[in-house]
This record gives sequence, structure tokens and C-alpha cells, in this order.
Amino acid sequence: MKAGSNLEKVLEAGKFAVTAEIGPPQSSNPEPLTHHARMMKGSADAFNLTDNQTAVVRLSSIASAAIIMREDIEPVIQMTCRDRNRIALQSDLLGASAIGVKNVLCLTGDHQTFGNERAAKSVFDFDSVSELYTFDKLRTEGLQSGGTVIDDKPELYLGCAENPFATPYEFRATRLAKKVDSGADFVQTQAIFDMDMFEKWMDEVRSRGLDKKTHILAGVIPMKTAGAARYMKNKVPGMIVPDYIIERMRNASDAKEEGIRLCVEQIETLKTIKGVHGVHVMAVMWEEMVPRIVEMAGLLPRPTVK
Amino acid sequence: MIIAERKPLGEIAMMVAPHEKVTVIGCRSCVAICLAGGEKEVDTLVSAMKLKSMNEGRTQYFDGFVLERQCEKEWVKEVEDKILAADVVLSMSCSLGAQTIGDLYPEKIVVPGLNTAMFGVPEEQGVWSEKCLGCGDCIIHTTGGICPIARCAKSMLNGPCGGSSNGHCEVNLEIECAWYAIYERLKLQDRLDLMDTVRPPKEWSTSHSGGRRVIVREDAKLTPHQIRGKEASL
Amino acid sequence: MPDREPKIVGFCCEKHGIDSVDLAARSGRQYDSSIRLVRVPCTGRVDGTHLLKALEEGADAVFVLGCLEKNCYYDTGSIEGRKRVAYVKSMLSEVGIEPERVEMFNASSSMSWKFSEIASNMVKVAARLGPIGSRGGGR
Repeated sequence: MKAGSNLEKVLEAGKFAVTAEIGPPQSSNPEPLTHHARMMKGSADAFNLTDNQTAVVRLSSIASAAIIMREDIEPVIQMTCRDRNRIALQSDLLGASAIGVKNVLCLTGDHQTFGNERAAKSVFDFDSVSELYTFDKLRTEGLQSGGTVIDDKPELYLGCAENPFATPYEFRATRLAKKVDSGADFVQTQAIFDMDMFEKWMDEVRSRGLDKKTHILAGVIPMKTAGAARYMKNKVPGMIVPDYIIERMRNASDAKEEGIRLCVEQIETLKTIKGVHGVHVMAVMWEEMVPRIVEMAGLLPRPTVK
Repeated sequence: MIIAERKPLGEIAMMVAPHEKVTVIGCRSCVAICLAGGEKEVDTLVSAMKLKSMNEGRTQYFDGFVLERQCEKEWVKEVEDKILAADVVLSMSCSLGAQTIGDLYPEKIVVPGLNTAMFGVPEEQGVWSEKCLGCGDCIIHTTGGICPIARCAKSMLNGPCGGSSNGHCEVNLEIECAWYAIYERLKLQDRLDLMDTVRPPKEWSTSHSGGRRVIVREDAKLTPHQIRGKEASL
Repeated sequence: MPDREPKIVGFCCEKHGIDSVDLAARSGRQYDSSIRLVRVPCTGRVDGTHLLKALEEGADAVFVLGCLEKNCYYDTGSIEGRKRVAYVKSMLSEVGIEPERVEMFNASSSMSWKFSEIASNMVKVAARLGPIGSRGGGR
């Protein structure tokens, strides 16, 4: 065990894991976090707290983690390289570890031109690979990036993201390999709509033996409307949504129900793909649906691993 | 070269508004190539500013000159009398030229007519693009000759981020993804193994992050003896 | 405002531009004496500086007359001319001067009516706007 988090225990025990995302609020009111935590408790093994997602200022992911931990649920903190240099990243990592956070997702981060602070100076001192590399050295050797060696090493379970649908496609498994080499224990993928393409990526991943070295959690997003599907297809760079999915959403008499059904079907398919060790449910602004989706996909109750 | 862009005329007018005698100084180097501060641009700017004061019925004098290279003291000294005669100097060079004038004549007010934008190249007529950030530690021999520090919006070192869409950058879908371009270039050169290497955190201390940079070449510097000789010959 | 004849300068290319003026004259069409024409080899040769200088020297309005874009003697000259006129117009707007003081026109050598139309339009514009600065401008 590297950190002994619940997520680590579930994955290392070979169980099919479930993680879900919670978006922190834009204000300092912790109530929405507590609300979501209570509502989603028991429906996933750990919950991602996004780090100023799409570069919109929100309550910090580490503070959010502290808040949901009061509800006795396990956080995965997301840490992007967009807003913090290596001093701040390492400092925040030590701080997060000190308050009991174990799961950390290393991300480069969405560029700030997408958010509500476009005048910001970008940092990008690290990219996600150098972040993983540094955090891994810190947990294994107590070595900071500047060379200082610390006594009490943080106990961390490190994750990363990967997008099989970004170009160049044939490089995407190599990129995952770099992240695995740098210390990624688990990976949460970009939302998958194009199963054929995902399977192709998984073939490449398996042929390199990456599924044996890291745990792949396949990302899914339940959609509320056909418009949302079209938006993701056309407006979100690096996302592929096949037309038949948009069609299906459009022809549905109840789009929300169809979105849920689609998501459950996707999870069913993903469960059968060799090397996929779990799913990551990103129900953006629709967190209340997570317990239902997980239940319909036959993934409840969540396992307890000692 | 250095790429610059003229400031909006309204902003320029505001900067020179309190002054009567305005000396406009352009530069024949980079900013002439990028059509921002060469001969023609100085001419049109002077005309436009004259028209503006004419239209507003005020007396303001504009006089334009163009130097070979405004960032070098020797060239700037050629128009010393014009600088000294002015109430304000409007530099139509990159900020380096403007600062050279300011450093030589500290009592003079120098205002920038251009926004210095980047180190870049002319891609085609009328299009300039950024290609270097001056990080002080060039690595393009490992990236197919394409700089990811300047050409990737996130200065990534280990391949394209998840926003690389059909070879384009998530920040601006009109712009190529630098890492996509690097991948294609290395594939062409049969050196894709370079894409596999994990690049550890970059040493940014050679960049501006390490503080303002000054490069000294002792062999090139003049000795006190040479300086005395130069002064004597003037 | 003192009564004053409007002053208009036209830059005409020496191909279709000037030919259309000649044809207008030969067909007995008159144009206002306030218009001074400057022959240029091609409107692609006209620079922003020329247009601004003309205004600076007292012209109330300036126009450029070139070949039709699809039938330009030098292929793309009148396109260049159009782009420069547009640029000068944007500069004028930025300094608070009416951009309609500068216009681009195109004609073929056989369009005898075109020039008198251009001339009377520009005279109207110049008369309406008056000399630069005559109305207190941006103040």
C-alpha cells in the first residue's frame, strides 16, 4: 500500500472501482459540498474535487476535500499546474497530506482563456508529467524538486488524466506510458462516447502492458439534452461524440432519462473491456444522479476492503 | 525577430496630449519588417496625428525620423538634436528602442507608440507568429526544431495536452498544436523515440524567472585603455 | 465657417481609371472644378501616406479610382488600393475624423457615366463635412 486510501484498497484488491466528481461552489459557502457529499455518500469509492475547473474561480479543491472529509467520504484532490508553480504545488501537496488527503490527481489544467479570469498570468511551471514525477519523488524519496530531502514523506496515491480522443491519436498510449513511468497509480480518462475508438486505445494500452502497471478508470458523462451532446462534440476541444449518440438523445421522448440510460449502457460496456478497472462519473451540475446511475449499472453496494 | 504592433491612435494621442513638440522616431530593423514602425508607418502616424490636432484646432508639432536600429546607442545619437528639441519622444520602435532613448536621455519623456508583442517570424505577408520565449535554455534539437515553450500555450514538455483537437490548439482552434506539429516532424525524421522520453521539470532559472538577465563577454568588452582611446578620438 | 470651395483630390490609375475620366470628358460630361486629379501608375502604388498627406495639405476629401477588381490592368493593384483605403479609413476613425472623407472607386474605361457620379458624390461629401477642423472636431 502506498497511501492506504479506500480507492487504492479497492483497486489493489482487483475490484471494479467507481469515482465521481464534485464541483466546488463559486462562493465560500460550504453547504453545496456538504449536500453533495451526503447525497452521494456510498455511491463511489472516492470523490474528485475539481481544481478551478475550466479556469473558473471556485472554492479550492483542498479546502473542499477537508469539508467533505467531515462527512466521512474520501476525496481525490485535483491539482492543476495552471495556477501554481513548483513551490506552491509542493507546499499545497504537503498541506493536503497533512490534513489527511491521500488521493491526488495530477493535471496540467485547462488554459485560463476558458474561464472567468482571462487577464491572469499563467504559470505552467510544470506540466502534468513533471508534476507526477516530482510528487512521486516526494513520496518515495522525500525529495523535493529543488533537491531538499524531507523526513516525513507524504503518503500519496497518485493519479492522472488521459484523453484517448485528442490528437495525435497514435501518441495517446505513449503519453499514458510517460505518466505511468512518472508514477501514476491510476488514470481517469476523458469522457468516452466513441467506444470503438476507446477500444482501439485500450488495445494499444494493453499491448504495452500499461493496464498491468496502472489502474484505468474510464470516464463517463451523463447528458441531459441533445444540445449538451452537440455542444461537447462541437465546442469542447479533444472530445468526440458520435452522431448516433446525438441522434438518440434528440429522438428520445424524455432526454434526461435517455441520458441516464445511455450512461448506464456505456458503463456496462466499459465493464467488459479488458484492462478497465473502474469508471469515473462526471455528472457536471447533475451530481444527484450519480447514486442512481451507479445503482442501475449494478455497481452497488460499493465494496469494503480492509 | 521582435514583432510589435502599433498602439491604437487614441492611446498614442493621449500619451502625447500634454506636449507640444513631438518627435516621432521609428526603426528600420524588426519593426519595419513587421510593418509597425518603419518609414511608412512613421509617415502615416505623423500625418494622422497632425490631422487629429488640426481637427481639434490645437497646435502640436510632429516631426518624424527613422533610425537604422533604435536599440543601439550609436544610431540613436544621430538624432540627438531632434530628441533634445522635443517635449516628448514618441518611439515607434520596440520597447528596446524606446528604452535606449530613455536611458541615453533620462530627462526626456519617452512614450511607446508600439506594443512589443513577441519573438516571432513573418509567416506570410501580414501574418506574424510567436516562436520563441527566450527561456535561455534551447531544447529544439529534441523537439524536431519546434519550440514547445513558445508554441504551446501551456509550455508543455511531454507531449500534447488533452485539448489537442485535429492538430489544433484548444486555446485557439485556428492555431496548430505545437506538440502535434512536433510529433509529425519527428515522425517524418524517424525520431519518434524522442516523444517517449519523460522530460523532468524544466530549469526556468535561465529565463526571466531567474531575474533580469545580463550577458557579459569579457573577451568582447573594451579594456579601460581602449575606452580611453575611443574617447580621445571623439 | 468661411465660404470656401471644397477641395478634393483623386488618385487615378493611368489605366482604366484615367481612361474612364477621358471618356467622360469626351462624351461631354463635366465634373466639378474642385477636383484635382493625380495620375498614378496603379492604385496599388497608392500608399496610406499619400492619402493622409493630401488631407494634411488641405484636401477635404480624397478618393482613389482604379480598375475594376476583376479586370485590373496589373491584376491585383486595385485590390491593394482598396485595402489601403480601408486602412486609412480606420486610422481616421481612430483620430476622430470622418472616414467617409476617403473612398475607393472602381471603373472600367468604358464607364463614361461613372466618373461624374463619383465626382458629384465626393463634392457632396466635402461640402457636407467642410474642411477638417472647421467644426471644432473632437473638442
